[in-house]
Amino acid sequence: MIDAVVMPSARADPGTHERRARAWDVLRDVNDPEVPVISVVDLGIVRDVTVEDGELVVAVTPTYSGCPATEAIEESIVAALDAAGLGPTRIRMQRAPAWTSDWISAQGRAKLHAYGIAPPGPVDREAAAPLRFIARAPAPLACPRCASTNTERLAAFGATACKALWRCRACGEPFEHFKPI
Amino acid sequence: MPASITVSSHPTVQYLLRIGDTCLIHAQRLAEWSGHAPIVEEDIALTNMALDLIGQARAVLTRAGSLEAELGGEAHDEDQLAFLRDERDFRNCTIVELPRGDFAVTMLRNCALAIFLKLLWERLAASSDAELAAIAGKAVKEARYHQEHASGWVVRLGDGTAESAARSKAALVLLWPYFAEIFDDDAIDDAAAASGLGPRWSALADDWRAELGAVLAAAKLEPPAERAFRSTGKTGVHSEHLGYVLAEMQMLQRTYPGGVW
Repeated sequence: MIDAVVMPSARADPGTHERRARAWDVLRDVNDPEVPVISVVDLGIVRDVTVEDGELVVAVTPTYSGCPATEAIEESIVAALDAAGLGPTRIRMQRAPAWTSDWISAQGRAKLHAYGIAPPGPVDREAAAPLRFIARAPAPLACPRCASTNTERLAAFGATACKALWRCRACGEPFEHFKPI
Repeated sequence: MPASITVSSHPTVQYLLRIGDTCLIHAQRLAEWSGHAPIVEEDIALTNMALDLIGQARAVLTRAGSLEAELGGEAHDEDQLAFLRDERDFRNCTIVELPRGDFAVTMLRNCALAIFLKLLWERLAASSDAELAAIAGKAVKEARYHQEHASGWVVRLGDGTAESAARSKAALVLLWPYFAEIFDDDAIDDAAAASGLGPRWSALADDWRAELGAVLAAAKLEPPAERAFRSTGKTGVHSEHLGYVLAEMQMLQRTYPGGVW
């Protein structure tokens, strides 16, 4: 992995500072293509914005190893920053530390909930302990529509890598759960 | 047809190819269930897991290809490594190339592989190669989720109806002889352990047996006795099945070199 080194002087330059601040503002409006209510910043995948040799460099961490939206997300980030006149822009894939759903912002969680996706709870730090392999009932989630906790998981995997499928027994509606990982 | 590439025989590259190819071919077999699983939720689950494994394979093969250049050879990208190598240059364990079989075979293989890969990624997260360590830090979370899902199914099928129990027993007898290869060390493991790249795979055997054993016990399945048979996929000598997987996987790039869509 290539870790770009940013010179302290580059950070101190007021033009650079302004460009980076404006870039963060633009990125707050670039949404995830699969979950189009949450921005790449709220999702926690933009880890850093720097300026190197005149280029804007955005460090992006993938949510899942095989997430098919990764390339589309990178393209929309570059397109948005270039359109705002902040380019040229380059994406730096930053794998470590690995993304966790704990990085989704409070605002991002609220937007997911409003969109009908139950946001992830805190990642279970004890998940590294031996796994449960007997059919288990995951802790009940609140239905994002009617708030009932009389819900059940229908499938551990959902329409995208980051979600599982649930159903509310109270209002009868299915809903998605953004998996804690 | 584009000429096949020849890959570096450096042990570091070979160690990475064993990981990347095992993920890649396992993913191909899981993805075959797309549109064929007994229920739609499992169709989605199997293809989701295949997607994770393809992502892991892409990252590891990319690293292997760039290391070839760093070690003084010719660099290759992930596509060249996946699509332009001949069968003998694939380094996956034989177990993953066996036909997908019925649902019991698929779930048992996926459970055993997920446990193995989880144990491997856990150790690789401390690799002396920073890029491999970063890949492992993400992959271990995915492997854990796969293990939980597949283990649940092994228990459900093994401790299920007379039919599902009989299928599960048959799956165990069919697959068991192929697991031994995973944990047999050779010079590639020695080199990886010496350089800090990754563990000898034999070092994972006890934990693997314990975790899989607990699942099998809950599933009321008995591990079969050890046999002398050894498969040899890790050294490039494969079963007759890999050629068919590669024919399908590589056909497009071999027929239309550089084709994109």
